[in-house]
Amino acid sequence: MPDVKYLLVGSSHAALEALRSIRHFDPDGSMAMVTRDAQLPYSPTILPYVVSGRSKPDAVLLRDQAFFEANACAFVPNATATGLDAKARSVTLANGQSWRYQRLLIATGAAPAIPPVKGIETVRFHVLRSLDDAQGLRSAMGGSRHAVVLGAGLVGLHAAENMAEAGLSVSVVEMQSHVLPGYFDAKASERIEAAFTAHGVKLHLGCKVLAVEARDGGHSCAVHLEDGRVLQADLLLVATGVKPATDWLAGSGVQLDRGVLVDETMRTTVADVWAAGDVAQATDFHTGKPALIGIIPTAVEQGRIAGQGMAGDPYLKAYPGGIPINTYRFFGRVALSIGQAAARDGVEVSENEDDGYRRLVLSDNRLVGYASIDEPFDVGIMGELIRRKVDLSAVKDSFIARPVETGRRLMSEQWR
Amino acid sequence: MGAAFDTIAFKASLCDGCGDCMTTCAEVKQGASRIDIVPGATENAFELAICRQCGDPKCAMVCPSGALAKDGGSGVIGWDSDKCVDCLLCTAGCAFGGIAVDPSVARVAKCDQCGGDPACVKSCPTGALEFRKAGSLYREYGDKEDLFVPGLSGCLGCNSELIMRHAMRKIGRNAVLATPPGCIPGMGSVGYNGKTGTKVPVFHPLLTNTASMLAGIRRYYDKIGRKDIVVMALAGDGGTADCGFHAVSGAAERGEKILYICVDNEGYMNTGMQRSGTTPYGSWTSTTPVGEHMKGKTQDAKNLPMIMAAHKCRYVATASTGYMEDLYDKLDRAIEASFEGFAYLHIYSPCPTGWRIPSNKVIDACRMSVETNFVTLWEYTPATGIRFTRSPDNALPITAYVKMIGKYRHLSQEQLDHIQAKVDEQVALLRIMAAESPPPPPAHRPPAPLSAPAGSDSSQPSLRREISRN
Repeated sequence: MPDVKYLLVGSSHAALEALRSIRHFDPDGSMAMVTRDAQLPYSPTILPYVVSGRSKPDAVLLRDQAFFEANACAFVPNATATGLDAKARSVTLANGQSWRYQRLLIATGAAPAIPPVKGIETVRFHVLRSLDDAQGLRSAMGGSRHAVVLGAGLVGLHAAENMAEAGLSVSVVEMQSHVLPGYFDAKASERIEAAFTAHGVKLHLGCKVLAVEARDGGHSCAVHLEDGRVLQADLLLVATGVKPATDWLAGSGVQLDRGVLVDETMRTTVADVWAAGDVAQATDFHTGKPALIGIIPTAVEQGRIAGQGMAGDPYLKAYPGGIPINTYRFFGRVALSIGQAAARDGVEVSENEDDGYRRLVLSDNRLVGYASIDEPFDVGIMGELIRRKVDLSAVKDSFIARPVETGRRLMSEQWR
Repeated sequence: MGAAFDTIAFKASLCDGCGDCMTTCAEVKQGASRIDIVPGATENAFELAICRQCGDPKCAMVCPSGALAKDGGSGVIGWDSDKCVDCLLCTAGCAFGGIAVDPSVARVAKCDQCGGDPACVKSCPTGALEFRKAGSLYREYGDKEDLFVPGLSGCLGCNSELIMRHAMRKIGRNAVLATPPGCIPGMGSVGYNGKTGTKVPVFHPLLTNTASMLAGIRRYYDKIGRKDIVVMALAGDGGTADCGFHAVSGAAERGEKILYICVDNEGYMNTGMQRSGTTPYGSWTSTTPVGEHMKGKTQDAKNLPMIMAAHKCRYVATASTGYMEDLYDKLDRAIEASFEGFAYLHIYSPCPTGWRIPSNKVIDACRMSVETNFVTLWEYTPATGIRFTRSPDNALPITAYVKMIGKYRHLSQEQLDHIQAKVDEQVALLRIMAAESPPPPPAHRPPAPLSAPAGSDSSQPSLRREISRN
């Protein structure tokens, strides 16, 4: 039975960052990274660009084999974890092999959440979470004319844009009343929606799917909406969100909620087991409560903290909590949001539509959220202002009038 | 050795917000400027947003396409425009505004240091932007053989050790080193228990005869035809400016081919911090105490490097460990010149113990001494005269330096005014001497030199014989 000091299950941002921070402190401890993927590490975020053809599948890999050799880490592809025996400190793989570990990182990410729509199991549909999914969707696009996308989140909208640009007629169905709910307020979302409409994408917002049924011998399907309309699709993409990939942890003793529950240093409820990335349910910066914030910046930060903890690095610092971040491009335009950008209650909001759209959300003279359309800002700087709860009282007027300039000034002073 | 890289440094106090750096950057890069000067907290204050080329770049960590990576050679975070998918997540990773959207192309743009010769720095008229190459020096010399024993017993924070180790790394094994009484032998260069503290021949002359002994050694090497030996001193200011001065002056006057490095800590620090001829006015020392009647030294320091320039040495320069790239340039020229005549390098070296500076503030003090013109960085050759290697323009008031140094803690306003006036006077004189004027006509000099670095032209046997008879 293979036996390593550090076993990393998963191969995307959180696991890669954990590898880096372990090696920062422990250059020698034996390590292996096992992943369900057949490929070297890549980011799920890149997949829409593989679908559009902008990124070639072999050019999106984040690390090469030489990296793993240089870091003395065995890279084990095609290795789906199916079980964890925390007592025996071993992880079982789909191929029957077991790996023993001293310290384990759960970084298995998330899998598409398939909504309980009637008939969904009887039709052919696509999801977009893996490189194989992306290549499948790209080749399906070529032979399709009518696409229906369930869900107007990031994945759904990216794919809808790709398909519309490729000449398909595209409909998007979303239960919420606006696209990208949570990241943007209604005014911002409306600008994004208008762009989709202008590019011929039909948006069905505030709309539930009642059922889907196969047509044409399974080559296409009909999507029945709550309001009685029926959409015909020869390509159906389900992009109604993701759920942490925790199935393999059933019965392991690792406490789960919606994801793997972790403390402020990314430890699970089981000794010598850490979790990080989309699979982990860590603290939300804003509420202080456990939350799923499945974005790269939180995955990286959690991965680093988990790695430090696993290696016993004394400079370990507690996780400050995740802050939602969204950097979104649509039809060449820019939409950005960070923090409580859509908040309305108990906060001070400053909106500006002179030149693009921006919405600053302050609470107690401190920035808590920021969103903009067509008006880029330094998301990282605003993130620091939020995270550090920088008191903006003295600069409030200039911050509201010129947030980018003032933010740069504040950070420059901070980092002198 | 670890990694260290060159960096674009910003001195906010010198920035007048002219924006030339941004204009230049935008021109050179044909797009948005990658350096952004923004208004600061007060009307005349300015702040900077630029890529800091982080050691653990978060922009690269959050990049989903592998388009950003730190170059192991230059330290620059490179951006691969082909791999980049314009998702802008990198802008969420950066807390400095160092990678931002260029609206003209709707893609990110970031500083690439122009391949090691940043245009913004060259366009900065006030010196607020500097390209500091200490990282390259560290990388280049860090791997070279350290010619001193480990564990020199210098005081915590002392930069003489830095000077010793760096200078000898650069000079290499082909050297004969004199370390007259002072901190440098005191901290172990001459060794213990019958063994030397260096990997080169080292000896401990008297305070009074260092330059004379070196002159003899050089002549012997000339006689036996060894032209590749650097004959040198690492001496203190006492042994150079005071009790050793006649020997130094004589050797310089005779044009002895010596590299003489004076490490000036402004006093006899190893014996209990007595004043020397280079101790500045107002300094507390154990022989110029501060009490009811006495308020530190009552005389001004003598400017030894200017005195050496008046000897028309082959090379004279001042240097500071706050400006290592400058120090290294000058070391190069001084070594070269020491095969042709007397080369004198005066390195200002704040003493944390004797000057009462926190040990972690010594390099800050070095920099501040230069930024206030208390110390000026220049070099002299008989052919070119004096040339500033760092502009004395836009200097900070002397108080910015003095307040960092404990030995000046007692100074009255009157004393401060005197120091400022002396600094201004000194700089004014140097400016006159450094003013651009046609180079002096080739003077009639006694037939030159004889030893030369290995590999150089050696077709002057008669001259060498002449010297060896001397």
